[in-house]
Amino acid sequence: MTLLIRNGHVIDPANAIDEVCDVWIEDGRIAGLGEFSGTASETIDASGQYVCPGLIDMHVHLREPGQEWKEDIESGSRAAIAGGVTTFCCMPNTQPRLDHAGVLLQVIDRARQVGLCHVHPIAAVSRNLEGKELTEMRELARAGAVAFSDDGMPIWHAGVMRKALEYASSFGFMVIQHAEDLELTSGGCMNEGWMSTQLGVTGMPAEGEDSMVARDIMLARRADARYHVAHISTAGAVALVRRAQAEGLKVTAEAAPHHFSLTEEEVMHFNADAKMSPPLRTEEDRKAILEGLRDGSISVIATDHAPHHEDDKRCGLSCAAFGIVGLETMLPVSLELASNNVITMSDLIAKMTINPARLLNLDSGTLSEGRAADICIFDAEKRWTLDRSKLFSRSRNTPWHGRELTGQVTHTIKGGRVVFRNGTIHD
Amino acid sequence: MAEVIFDTVAVEQALDQLAAGIHGDEIFLAGIQQGGADVADSLQERLQARGAAVERGNLDISFYRDDLDTIGPNPEVRPSHLPFDISGKTIWLVDDVLFTGRTIRAAMGELFDYGRPAAIRLVILLDRGGHELPIAADLTGLTHAASAGCSVKLVAGDAGWHIEQRRVKV
Amino acid sequence: MMKLQHLFGIADLDKEQIEYLLNLGESLIDVSRRPIRKAPTLRGKTIINLFFENSTRTRTSFEIAGKRLSADVINISASTSATKKGESLLDTGQTLAAMRPHVLVVRHSISGTCQFLSEYLEGTSIVNAGDGSHEHPTQILTDLLTLRQAGGYENKVITIVGDIAHSRVGRSHLLAATLMGYRVRLVAPKTLLPAEVERYGCEISHDFDAAIPGSDVLYMLRVQTERLTDNCSFPSIREYHEAYGLNRKRLAAAGKGCLVMHPGPMNRGVEIASDVADSASARILEQVEHGVAIRMAVLTALCGDTGGEG
Repeated sequence: MTLLIRNGHVIDPANAIDEVCDVWIEDGRIAGLGEFSGTASETIDASGQYVCPGLIDMHVHLREPGQEWKEDIESGSRAAIAGGVTTFCCMPNTQPRLDHAGVLLQVIDRARQVGLCHVHPIAAVSRNLEGKELTEMRELARAGAVAFSDDGMPIWHAGVMRKALEYASSFGFMVIQHAEDLELTSGGCMNEGWMSTQLGVTGMPAEGEDSMVARDIMLARRADARYHVAHISTAGAVALVRRAQAEGLKVTAEAAPHHFSLTEEEVMHFNADAKMSPPLRTEEDRKAILEGLRDGSISVIATDHAPHHEDDKRCGLSCAAFGIVGLETMLPVSLELASNNVITMSDLIAKMTINPARLLNLDSGTLSEGRAADICIFDAEKRWTLDRSKLFSRSRNTPWHGRELTGQVTHTIKGGRVVFRNGTIHD
Repeated sequence: MAEVIFDTVAVEQALDQLAAGIHGDEIFLAGIQQGGADVADSLQERLQARGAAVERGNLDISFYRDDLDTIGPNPEVRPSHLPFDISGKTIWLVDDVLFTGRTIRAAMGELFDYGRPAAIRLVILLDRGGHELPIAADLTGLTHAASAGCSVKLVAGDAGWHIEQRRVKV
Repeated sequence: MMKLQHLFGIADLDKEQIEYLLNLGESLIDVSRRPIRKAPTLRGKTIINLFFENSTRTRTSFEIAGKRLSADVINISASTSATKKGESLLDTGQTLAAMRPHVLVVRHSISGTCQFLSEYLEGTSIVNAGDGSHEHPTQILTDLLTLRQAGGYENKVITIVGDIAHSRVGRSHLLAATLMGYRVRLVAPKTLLPAEVERYGCEISHDFDAAIPGSDVLYMLRVQTERLTDNCSFPSIREYHEAYGLNRKRLAAAGKGCLVMHPGPMNRGVEIASDVADSASARILEQVEHGVAIRMAVLTALCGDTGGEG
């Protein structure tokens, strides 16, 4: 049984491969790259398309358990493979929280049953995400947690953050921070600035993120801890991360596609589908994130996929829930970075494959021989218009509805099995 | 093309004749904006010249029309102003052209919101025919049977007023 | 011929439309001064005042405006509405729209409520009677009519004093100033100014006394006393009055021709001293009277030219 992907432009950053060749798969594993000369039982003609490792999204909110009407593990997995994502990490702000091994195991078990994606939980730093007492990180890690975060909420109090960084780093665990000083952002629903002033709504100043990142870096320095900034959104935070890395600290950052492609202008006319936390910022911030992606300060692209039911969005900007879905738009939106020559295609793919894999010690993100055959094939030129009613996610909250995107996933292969092909899921 | 149907001389004569028909020493004049107010101005001059005391006001009937739904509010609406108590008085209501009678109906409606006059007398410079309501002038300066597709207008020229007829639809 | 579909804010109007509404409003002042204060203009029109925020004066102003033009006016206030029972804003709006009013007058504490509702309520004109800290267009039209009656607003300097950050009146004036050719000077401490407000092209001062010379109008905003102290925007009402309250001395410094305006309701002794509020310079009650005329104008403009459909 050989599955052959013929004549695609193969990008495998981990192995510095960036050339047109064949990829063949046997028994669910990568069997070889190069010129295939045997007999294949199935062939995918990838001429004119890119072939890369299945994408990894290290920042996804599944709503299971607790809010399955917004998204569950199955619908989230379907959205993921439709977006070329074969591995993702789910955040702990479910109900109940992922702050106990039992819940974690339940999620992992459910994801295995669904079987479309590799799902790795990120467990809570503090019990019930309250920012007071630490979770049992060692046990959570044994149960499968790949990192720790209170995402959705910051680890707000400096004392707790210090202990969290010290404790986690004692065992090599990484802490992911949703950097937001709630004292500065409370009541806010968008970036604070000219746009929020015109709309007459409470803003969330960039300083809310900057000051939290600055504080955390100081604490991470003292603790010699691994600290990762989730969904970085401000020029100030990017500069802080860059400086920390220059200093040799174990500080990393991820950026979400909406933060490097859109600005606060999207919120004009009170568009609740452009409301997320951290909010869309200014053009200056957007450019700083592009620069961070270019110079490597930001090593990962992750979506912060945050599904919400329409009822939670249709209630006026100030009342609407924070967040947008992102799994199905991650690749086309990010491809702009390559087409605009911000970074090379190989660097771009790295930020969605091998870089997060290395950060989280995942056994994926490459096309090395013998690895599980998780592969994404996409047409980088294909233009299409996003219709939110056609999303595989259970939720529809996207700012890209009705917009033309360039680049579309044609095939997603997980463990050698074609799970998504030309718009259709094969479970 | 506009056609002059009454020249300045004819209009001035008609105004003289109207002023002569307005009797009494204390006269309450209300012009309907805009043309009726202009006519009332000239009548006022004539009446005062003969020594009568004239109380003047103007009505803008925009808010009393029966056709708001079809034509929308008049963009050049002017304030109504009646600076005297109309109760028990004879009011000489002045307009330039009498056509369907709807403007007069609205003006009478508006007048009654200011009080209860003893009588309302209608003074019209030109009756162009085409009445749609049982309304007729007490004093008419000129008459001209205009066809329904024509507009008839009091126009201020360099030498004075004249009245024009213009075909507006076929 | 001019027809408004909705009135969300000054931001959606051009100069011509504002002048038109002022003309209409000016003509309508007289209707409220007659023995019989009712014109038949809006006979057969239904207007619903949907107020999620308490505001006796704005609601009454809209109600009287509608009734003086013979419309049927229904008032719904948050305390009696279904929202207290958990019904969403959208459901309340859709329910009322299904009863086919011509106009829905909406006041809500959330900015953008009118725009939001209009996306879901087809065939109903929506008037913004104040949305959060966003806009309050009928108040600004009222103020402009008052200024016009007092000699005009063009090239005048209107000094707006108080909590600009939370003021819909302030924002709407900043927009109208650019359109209509007057200048706005904002006076407030930094705690009460929104981000980048200078981008409206206004002058900004933290010192009331320094901002007084050259002002043609001192426009005092209402202070929400609990909001002021609770979030550390100001230490005390006492200090507020001392720094930003309009007193006799400041009025004297402003000179004789300077007018005093206030959108109401006033906090006497806080943003404005009692004797100033009652002084000859005050145009505060004229604002109230003109408010009715302007709202009559707005309702007329919204109801006109609907093609005769019910």
